[in-house]
Amino acid sequence: MAKTKELSNDTTIIAIEFDGGVVLGSDSRVSAGETVVNRVMNKLSLLHDKIYCALSGSAADAQTIAEMVNYQLDVHSIEVGEDPQVRSAASLVKNISYKYKEELSAHLIVAGWDKRGGGQVSVRDLNGLLSRQPFAVGGSGSAYVYGFVDAEYRKAMSKEDCQQFVVNTLSLAMSRDGSSGGVAYLVTIDEKGAEEKCILGNELPTFYDQ
Amino acid sequence: MATLSVCQPQLGGFSFENCKRNAVLEAEVTKLGCNIPAARKTGTTICGVVFKDGLVLGADTRATEGMIVADKNCSKIHYISPNIYCCGAGTAADTEMTTQIISSNLELHSLSTSRLPRVATANRMLKQMLFRYQGHIGAALVLGGVDCNGPHLYSIYPHGSTDKLPYVTMGSGSLAAMAVFEDRYKQDMEEEDAKRLVRDAIAAGIFNDLGSGSNIDLCVITKGRVDYLRPHDMVNKKGVRCVYELEALPHQ
Repeated sequence: MAKTKELSNDTTIIAIEFDGGVVLGSDSRVSAGETVVNRVMNKLSLLHDKIYCALSGSAADAQTIAEMVNYQLDVHSIEVGEDPQVRSAASLVKNISYKYKEELSAHLIVAGWDKRGGGQVSVRDLNGLLSRQPFAVGGSGSAYVYGFVDAEYRKAMSKEDCQQFVVNTLSLAMSRDGSSGGVAYLVTIDEKGAEEKCILGNELPTFYDQ
Repeated sequence: MATLSVCQPQLGGFSFENCKRNAVLEAEVTKLGCNIPAARKTGTTICGVVFKDGLVLGADTRATEGMIVADKNCSKIHYISPNIYCCGAGTAADTEMTTQIISSNLELHSLSTSRLPRVATANRMLKQMLFRYQGHIGAALVLGGVDCNGPHLYSIYPHGSTDKLPYVTMGSGSLAAMAVFEDRYKQDMEEEDAKRLVRDAIAAGIFNDLGSGSNIDLCVITKGRVDYLRPHDMVNKKGVRCVYELEALPHQ
């Protein structure tokens, strides 16, 4: 019997570090072939109070990895008696993704704040190397905005500049990539905690659009 | 794990025990010139909507075997627990068995916690089981119920991903039903409005999708009360001809 069509989060996800925290952003479209099955999906998943991850790739694989790591981080943080580090969360994600490399097709960007390292963004490359970067983009829409992000990123941006930068990037990617769209979700994580925001489609910035 | 599960031992991955036997049987049967029985699918329209005090689940009642209607009045809204019901689309056997297994496990879980089960628990159990089978269990479900935290509606896909939304549609008629929802859904509807909306959405699926047909079943779940309306509406009565008058197009 033929397997049913898989749901994918071909998407645009982005995470940026600023002085004192991180900003994560994502679009909200989930597609099954040519049909959009969910136009308001929040792809920024909570792993812990101050650690979030952005989901892309197969919806089922990504959701399952995020939920498993959420559970493992809860246990780990009780064992160590304090909030987990971002590198721990990233390692847990990497362990699952690397062990089941052939079976899973999801890509998660982990970002958060901890008191030892401040704001951090962790991303895996295609083969499984985990590395910390100042910013990371992922998903099918990322291909369209690499140039914009490389040109416009500056070190030591303020929190508001960072949020605007993420919104601009998402807006550009969503207007060019068919698999990205809907609304934009933003999560800003700093010492005080995580703040979630949703920007509706008609409130997104517009660029040259004939 | 704290949960008791009797119906399924936890084994790793899909059990391929019977595949060799099935292949041999298929070869024998083809040699004799017959076909192996095809899986009965429910090309379907199922949907759910959250209203002010609860939620309404709706489904059509046609089950198809290829291009033939196998069952004109099958029940697609399955019982999970007294406060949680689940509509199933996809392979009929898969949805039937999956919902029965989770219903059974949820009853044991509810007995061991002494609490009314939550919809989120049923959702977790279903998605973890479907993910374990990597999409080979063809069950696409609309899960809805009212628990201590209010009404909740989930859509669960065969590969194991879920979405929590105020209105969802699934099945081959899902696009037609979603069109009705996107046009007329409002937050905090009254019960009668919600029932009418779901009835119209399923009717859209029945009339515009070949895989959906026959009657409309509804299930209204509120705190402390479940109305299982089967059938709620019979839109395709046998022997009654529906005559549509098409407007003549103006000549150019």
